[in-house]
Amino acid sequence: MIEFRGVTKRFPDGTVAVDHLDLTVDAGGITVFVGPSGCGKTTSLRMINRMIDPTEGTIMVDGRDIAATDAADLRRGIGYVIQQAGLFPHRTILDNVATVPLLLGWSKAKARSRAAELMELVGLTPEMAGRYPAQLSGGQQQRVGVARALAADPPILLMDEPFSAVDPVVRESLQDELLRLQAELDKTIVFVTHDIDEAIKLGDKVAVLRVGGVLAQYDQPGQLLSRPVDDFVDNFVGRDRGYRGLGFLSSDAIPIGELPTVALGEPVPDADAWVLVVDSEQHPQGWFNGAERNGAAVVDTGHLVPGGSLYDVGSGSLRSALDAALSSPSGQGVAIDADGRVAGSITADDVLRVVDDARRDDNAAA
Amino acid sequence: MNLVLEVLAWFADPDQWQGRSGIPTRLVEHLTYTVQAVVIAAVIAVPLGGLIGHTGRGGFLLVGIANGLRALPELGLLILLVLLTGIGVLPLTITLVVLAIPPLLAGTYAGIRNTDPAVVDAARGVGMREGDVLLKVELPIALPLMIAGLRTATLQVIATAAIGAYISLGGLGRYLIDGLALNDYTRMAGGAVLIALLALIVEGLLAALQRLVVSPGLRAVSARTGTRRPTPVVAGGTA
Repeated sequence: MIEFRGVTKRFPDGTVAVDHLDLTVDAGGITVFVGPSGCGKTTSLRMINRMIDPTEGTIMVDGRDIAATDAADLRRGIGYVIQQAGLFPHRTILDNVATVPLLLGWSKAKARSRAAELMELVGLTPEMAGRYPAQLSGGQQQRVGVARALAADPPILLMDEPFSAVDPVVRESLQDELLRLQAELDKTIVFVTHDIDEAIKLGDKVAVLRVGGVLAQYDQPGQLLSRPVDDFVDNFVGRDRGYRGLGFLSSDAIPIGELPTVALGEPVPDADAWVLVVDSEQHPQGWFNGAERNGAAVVDTGHLVPGGSLYDVGSGSLRSALDAALSSPSGQGVAIDADGRVAGSITADDVLRVVDDARRDDNAAA
Repeated sequence: MNLVLEVLAWFADPDQWQGRSGIPTRLVEHLTYTVQAVVIAAVIAVPLGGLIGHTGRGGFLLVGIANGLRALPELGLLILLVLLTGIGVLPLTITLVVLAIPPLLAGTYAGIRNTDPAVVDAARGVGMREGDVLLKVELPIALPLMIAGLRTATLQVIATAAIGAYISLGGLGRYLIDGLALNDYTRMAGGAVLIALLALIVEGLLAALQRLVVSPGLRAVSARTGTRRPTPVVAGGTA
């Protein structure tokens, strides 16, 4: 657990980067600090491992005032990942990852075997061990940065805009990877970003900071979308927040309707309606438009109209359910089960009814 | 007979290769002056450049000192020192040290200042103490520019150590000064060739040393990541 108690940071030039911050980061889970430039999010993060010392107030890590600790010792117990990865260019990947264990006095052999484990954990192949950072892509370098931070198994991980220097596709895969790692390792992660979408995707809790280092709202991402405390948060959260907020609402209450299907190679149904085409395993392949059957005898791949997104019964959110309904050419969203087989249909009307109920429940609870 | 043949004949003369004034003796003397001066200069310049580069304090002062030293005329300095301390190896060594310090200082300082700030930040962030940051991160990364400074310093010292002969010391400069006194141009040309050859050989050895001690990771400049080699911020950092 990390506690900020009345923390202020004033730089020598008079700028106040963080202004009387009171905030508790719970153990376990990802806490995201998000806000525009100059909101003090990075300064707040860097105060946790004493890369910056606060002007006023105290920061407690697991009940200990960190001002009383030795900064280097404190940092060896807290993982640290930065935007440019900051790998040591003169050391091999393996030795980069082994840095903290070696600082902690592990034997070289033990540190290296631990480093090899970590490389595997973050998805780096063993042949990269002997390479140097300049030979890796940005995304790979960032994985090495994460592996180096995790090498001594610290309970806390600080990540300062770790994915903002890589391209969007790589960023998304790194985000997914982080969520997977976190599910496995259960660290206390503090993550800084200026990207609200990243914050909402990764955060168990999100702290929105405004310029001048004042905490605007500290909440779960779903709450941030559905109940921003003021115009600043509302603006910062951005467009479509109503729609994006559906991503945090359970879709268990959506009724799953019947969905007529036809397998490839079967006779064309004798009706003008849309029919879902499936393969022999009941996996959806696309739609067949009955109004355009033009006397065809059997359904073949030439008839297929591409389907929309699929809604996963059990794990999908209201957002994915609504999108499935809206993106389907027939107006019927395709629901699938955990094995990818067709489970039935959902309609936008059904989803909206559930949304309405959820809002009413939420209002009653608030 | 033209000068080239005369010089070749001079080299071929067995008398040149033995005795207290033979080529091997002069070569050893010349190398001794050079190594002494470069080692002393490195002992002064590397820690100073490292400290100033690491703390970022005093950089302005350093550039002023380096440029000031560079502007001193070596022969004038040597004569002044001889007047102060008398004839001996000491005034020559001091002169050569003064000559060797600026490139070594500039190379070390520039190498450390050019270390990617993100790398230094990461080094502190993972829990290295200041000494570790300097010794395990900044200096190894600064090594290419430091060795470039060493090469410049060594070449300058080899070329300039010849002035030792002016104050009756040994070294390859003897051939130049004595040849001048005796109007023996063959001897002068022979001495000049020897100094040039020595410089080339030492330069080759230092280039080999650079390949040996600089991490391959600093040579592997990747087009993929767009990282570029640091460039010196102080003029004269590279040879």
